[in-house]
Amino acid sequence: MASFWEYANPLKFMRTTDWLLPIVTWAAVIVTTVGLVWGFFFTSDDFRQGSTVKIIFLHVPSAMMAINIWVMMLVASLVWLIRRHHVSALAAKAAAPIGLTMTLIGLITGAVWGQPMWGTWWAWDPRLTSFLILFLFYLGYIALWAAIDDPDTGADLTAVLCLVGSVFAVLSRYAAIFWNQGLHQGASLSLAPGTRMDWAYKAPLYTCMVGFGLVFVALLLAGTRTEIRARRMKALVTRERMA
Amino acid sequence: MMPDLGSYALEVSLAYVASLGLIGLLALWYWLRGRVVRRQLEEIETRRGEANG
Repeated sequence: MASFWEYANPLKFMRTTDWLLPIVTWAAVIVTTVGLVWGFFFTSDDFRQGSTVKIIFLHVPSAMMAINIWVMMLVASLVWLIRRHHVSALAAKAAAPIGLTMTLIGLITGAVWGQPMWGTWWAWDPRLTSFLILFLFYLGYIALWAAIDDPDTGADLTAVLCLVGSVFAVLSRYAAIFWNQGLHQGASLSLAPGTRMDWAYKAPLYTCMVGFGLVFVALLLAGTRTEIRARRMKALVTRERMA
Repeated sequence: MMPDLGSYALEVSLAYVASLGLIGLLALWYWLRGRVVRRQLEEIETRRGEANG
């Protein structure tokens, strides 16, 4: 079996993703469609939340991915800082707009659900606030990549920013537990016995979570391929100018 | 076919339209940028190939 580190070679990465990307893309489209259609059309209203319970099939997977994508960027950034593999830095760069979009979806769907349920679009609750800061960190991360011309310097500085922002990724996940206050409830899903959610909602929710995960992987592979090509293009243009 | 969303129809519809719209736009942007960069790289590589004979 090929070593994981072989994929740090751009050529190997491009060859592997040539056949892998269409498979993951189709899996993402199918699983996400099944999950969302199931959740939207085939689940009944909740006795307290009414039809707004259907927003959970968007809100929970997007919020989960917003945090997990930052963690993935953190791992990729550490690989770059320690082993200097360009593909890992480019993968972190490609992941950021997906994370930003997932965070924005989490914020929008949370506000739209919160208005009828909590009576407000927004509250300066620990979890909501740390999530908003995570959104700003995503923006800052993307802006920093765009502002620096040298790709290695950009990768170094964005990796450091990613390490700092990880505090807020962790806080977004555990704020409701740390402070035990605010409007936002604890985890909707738990492995602990006496779980709060019925399988009628859990099954489509798990499907959507897998679907959003696959959407991320598909876009990440596509985005990383583009970044590898863009980096090669930049290197060739620089070489032409110097010749 | 459309489920009865009751008094929260606007909120639920808004959440779905906004979320799917954002994911669609993101996917479209990744696809278009990928196409543009690939074409530009092919042009440069062809030019270099011709220059090197």
